[in-house]
Amino acid sequence: MRNFSYVMPQTIEAASIAAAQKNSVLKAGGIDLLDLMKGDLVRPDHLVNLLSVGSPALREVAVKDDGLHIGALVTLAQLAASSTVPSVLAHAASVAATPQIRNVATVGGNIAQRPRCWYFRSATFNCARKGGNTCFAQEGDNRYHALFDNGDCAVVQASSTASPLVALGATVVTNRRRIAAGEFFVPTSVDITKEHVLGEGEIISEIFIPASARALKAAYREAGERESNDWALVSATVALDFDGALVKTARVVLGAVAAVPYRVISVEEALRGKPITAANAARAAEGAFAKAKPFALNTYKVSLGKTILKRAILAAAGQPELSTAGG
Amino acid sequence: MASKTKSKTSSRSGSAKAVSRKGPTGLSRRGFMQGVGVAGGVALVATEDARAAAAPKTRGPKRAPVTLNVNGKDRTVTIEPRVTLLRALRNHMDLTGAKEGCDRGGCGACSVQVDGALVASCMMLAVDAVGKKVLTIEGLAKGDQLHPIQEAFVKHDALQCGFCTPGMVMACKALLDGNKNPTLAQIKKGLSGNICRCGTYTRIFAAVDTAAKQV
Ligand SMILES: Cc1cc2nc3c(=O)[nH]c(=O)nc-3n(C[C@H](O)[C@H](O)[C@H](O)COP(=O)(O)OP(=O)(O)OC[C@H]3O[C@@H](n4cnc5c(N)ncnc54)[C@H](O)[C@@H]3O)c2cc1C
Ligand code: FES
Ligand code: FES
Repeated sequence: MRNFSYVMPQTIEAASIAAAQKNSVLKAGGIDLLDLMKGDLVRPDHLVNLLSVGSPALREVAVKDDGLHIGALVTLAQLAASSTVPSVLAHAASVAATPQIRNVATVGGNIAQRPRCWYFRSATFNCARKGGNTCFAQEGDNRYHALFDNGDCAVVQASSTASPLVALGATVVTNRRRIAAGEFFVPTSVDITKEHVLGEGEIISEIFIPASARALKAAYREAGERESNDWALVSATVALDFDGALVKTARVVLGAVAAVPYRVISVEEALRGKPITAANAARAAEGAFAKAKPFALNTYKVSLGKTILKRAILAAAGQPELSTAGG
Repeated sequence: MASKTKSKTSSRSGSAKAVSRKGPTGLSRRGFMQGVGVAGGVALVATEDARAAAAPKTRGPKRAPVTLNVNGKDRTVTIEPRVTLLRALRNHMDLTGAKEGCDRGGCGACSVQVDGALVASCMMLAVDAVGKKVLTIEGLAKGDQLHPIQEAFVKHDALQCGFCTPGMVMACKALLDGNKNPTLAQIKKGLSGNICRCGTYTRIFAAVDTAAKQV
């Protein structure tokens, strides 16, 4: 890791000014940044420590009339243990990474973390996302890579909290503006060099979840190679709003299948006005992956994804996820 | 800040030019200067003062003294900001209990507690631990008297090469700090950030179970 000066701003404004300077980078928990810096991918002259900003609001989950205000420095461990955070988000946070990482990783840094693609993470490969002209995953080892919108760059969105936040209709609040969580992430078709829309010196101050999200029935399901430690191979978040037994609106968001939390609008529409049954869930899951374009080594993610999505739909509706009748 | 001299120059170089050199976000230090300071000589002095007051404190990049509270004692080491807590402990304080396995947050060999929370010390800068209480494996035993968790590890022979053991013991400590009576599932979850290359898991789980009854 190259050396740098460690900047300790006292306010978000000061942090923003410092972070906008040339060769300056903002640090929260530092889990992703230290990895990038050790890998020589990020080489700041100045590391601006957001943790130096004393503001309690940055570290609290506050319940207000309009909804939930989650400070950007709230850790994944805090989210996991919180009884006020929607259970779908708490669950996703609780199964991310490891106890050691969850104690330090912040929610702001979690949604702004960079992709885990091994070609991207290796300084040896000047890949397309780093400004080169080749996506090495297309013909290389693409076992963990994207199924959708993957032609130019095959990274997947790594954040475990991203999909639940999109499903809950959350807003990312910065020192400059409010951004709908669904608009925060950048698809490869728009720009393959960045994953989120934050500008220089723009700092997430909180994540806001509207009070209306309280009425949603939601669930997060993921599959991984191990139960801990690794990022999910594929995840699904489903949030349903019911009118009696019928679905009024549905949000269906897949994780680790595209560069962004991947909303499947066609499935959301197909579920509307219907009851949730094992058959409906299976059909929806089938449809969600109809347009998947797997690579040589990640076709397994299609069948895995269907199962995970079916379970998430059933779990959101409070129904048993495992059927014995071969479903 | 590196831009200290730069912003001085641009302030002196005439406001029109400085305004047109605003950064892409419109919020560069220079832009900020223009925003708070009305153009003109008198205001310029005030702006310089305001800037000095607002400029955040920095450490480094050169080696400088950093005081950390480790196992109850304040220890001052002279390090660069890039030194991780793990390296500060091992290379600068001679506390070699915490181990460097992966150096990327993935194995748990470097686990220590910071203000009671279990952390991977390889993924934390030492300067981030200033003002906090760091507890390492060396801080558990009281003289020759092992901590009950350490005794349980000995009793169950819960190690082979022992490289993961300090981290395992610290993870076990953090788990039992928060849950005096963990189930096997909770033990597994509590230790899920620690990898044992020798595969001693079943003995480790048994040791944690025994330790839970002692602490
Ligand atoms: C072994 C291991 C397993 C992991 N498994 C998972 C997993 O399963 N799921 C998962 O989601 N993650 C996982 N992670 C990644 C980890 O959760 C993220 O690295 C962490 O959440 C990043 O948060 P941070 O506070 O440390 O961010 P930092 O490293 O400090 O910052 C990350 C990025 O976000 C920017 N940033 C941070 N805060 C703000 C802010 N307030 N405003 C604007 N920009 C900001 C920084 O500039 C930087 O570019 C894992 C990590 C490890 C080491
Ligand atoms: S050395 Fe720190 S987690 Fe592996
Ligand atoms: S005892 Fe050898 S790594 Fe655990």
